[in-house]
Amino acid sequence: MGYTISEKILLSHTKSKKDIAPGDFIMAKVDFCLGNDITAPIAINEFRKLGKKKVFNQKRIALVPDHFLPAKDMKSANQAVTLKDFAKEYGITNYFEIGRVGVEHALLPERGLILPGDLLVGADSHTCTHGALGAFTTGVGSTDLAYAMAFGELWFKVPESIKVVFTGKTRKWVGGKDLILHLIGDLGVSGALYRSLEFTGDTITSMPMDDRFSMCNMAIEAGAKNGIIAADKTTESYVKKGLRRYKQVRKAYKVYKSDKDADYAEVKEYNVSKLEPMVAAPHLPSNVKPVSELKDIKVDQAVIGSCTNGRISDLKQAANVLKNRKVNPDTRLVVIPATQAIYKEAVDEGYAETIIKAGGVFCTPNCGPCLGGHMGILGEGETAIATTNRNFVGRMGHPKSFVYLSNPAIAAASAVKGAIAHPADL
Amino acid sequence: MKLKGKIFKFGDDINTDEIIPARYLNTSDPGELARHCMEDADPAFHGKVKEGDIIAGGENFGCGSSREHAPIAIKAAGVSCVIAKSFARIFYRNAINIGLPIFGCPEIIDHLKNGDTVEVDIDKGEASKAKNKTAYKMEVFPGFIKDIIKKGGLIAYAKKGKKK
Repeated sequence: MGYTISEKILLSHTKSKKDIAPGDFIMAKVDFCLGNDITAPIAINEFRKLGKKKVFNQKRIALVPDHFLPAKDMKSANQAVTLKDFAKEYGITNYFEIGRVGVEHALLPERGLILPGDLLVGADSHTCTHGALGAFTTGVGSTDLAYAMAFGELWFKVPESIKVVFTGKTRKWVGGKDLILHLIGDLGVSGALYRSLEFTGDTITSMPMDDRFSMCNMAIEAGAKNGIIAADKTTESYVKKGLRRYKQVRKAYKVYKSDKDADYAEVKEYNVSKLEPMVAAPHLPSNVKPVSELKDIKVDQAVIGSCTNGRISDLKQAANVLKNRKVNPDTRLVVIPATQAIYKEAVDEGYAETIIKAGGVFCTPNCGPCLGGHMGILGEGETAIATTNRNFVGRMGHPKSFVYLSNPAIAAASAVKGAIAHPADL
Repeated sequence: MKLKGKIFKFGDDINTDEIIPARYLNTSDPGELARHCMEDADPAFHGKVKEGDIIAGGENFGCGSSREHAPIAIKAAGVSCVIAKSFARIFYRNAINIGLPIFGCPEIIDHLKNGDTVEVDIDKGEASKAKNKTAYKMEVFPGFIKDIIKKGGLIAYAKKGKKK
């Protein structure tokens, strides 16, 4: 019996085993680990209890203050100081201050820090995003991060794999976000619990990197351990660009692919040629409906950004919808490019100008409203449509507020209409 | 080892945003987090919960964000353990790693309501309602996990057990 791509990557990082099977408990070496301003303070505290003088590798840890920065209050400022001081004390090279920082799951791939074949653990549930690079990347807790920073390894339970085959050419305004929402709507929020979600098929192979990141990003919303897309020419081109631009010294990577006789717990197939843009309604990411069923629901706020859809092609889509149009007078539009490089490119390409002329807000990179942190919290009774990844009760603010999840074009069209809308409605 | 406590019953898909909303994540102090435990699932929980009480959940308990603040808040609020039909995987890791006992026991959950008293026998791997003879089997932790729990969490395990 052959192996899936996830099994292969885990096996190649395990010291003591010659073979691997779902359900096995293993200790595996990590290539990289990651924490942010919310999760790293606990990790740092736990790390200090170990009394170690060094981290496992100063170049293989990233501390990214992206959630509550620029500091939203004194306590958040203190949490960020904890990260900064620790990075200095232990010589951690990948610490990013504001002005250089971005949303972690957009920043690290952009900078060529995560490579195909890597094993990455991150103290953030959306660490699954980087699986789009053909790496095994999974969210863990703060104590896990402390252990990984100390020893360069971590315990894992080997997951079963679900193969998801997407075929067909997507319609206009339909992208990776819609595919993953459609899948989560089908699986439910625990349909992939403790499993690896492997995305394949001709729709995937012709998909640009930004859409692949969106898809892998939301694997966790179906309960998955990781989401993964085998690296191909598109991936390698993206990776090499990042390595060159940021002059990274660690350049060697390995492309893994699932064996033809690999064993899957489940195989799901979707032809997406007729799929329309999808929207997740309150209060679960699995409460997914086609946008046509949700039209005219009034929105008070639209958010375009986050590790799900804050990349340049997301901003371009939004700008295409907003060009020569105005945001509805009763609606707020908040646009947050995920990194400084994306921010600058959006300015250079004129997307920022389009957004501002339309009456939208254009923010510095941060996670902000996605988790109800800052930069656009909802008040009681308010409704938002957002390109983010979760819409649980109270996710974006008041427990009596409502969040719909969508792709950037739908969010932009809804900002103009003041209600959930498709660009074709404008 | 046995635990005995009063049940607080919750449904399926209790997520970590409800367990500890992001507006409280500018701190990692267990005492402060405990004051807001389960707030967006049940705003009255903090006022009602007593030391030794037990949370009972449905499927996929602890889903969503990886925030370790969630099991920290639960533990600091005095909850002795969480029993659920199933756990989301990052919450599962975090609870084990910080030494909050969690037990998968799908069969007992539908028989429980708020205020019931439950007994958990960790060594036997069974849970039962206090006045009832029926003992329900709990999912057994694999050896590796038992070891981490026995030593009081992942860091204690690393300090006591690791060779490196």
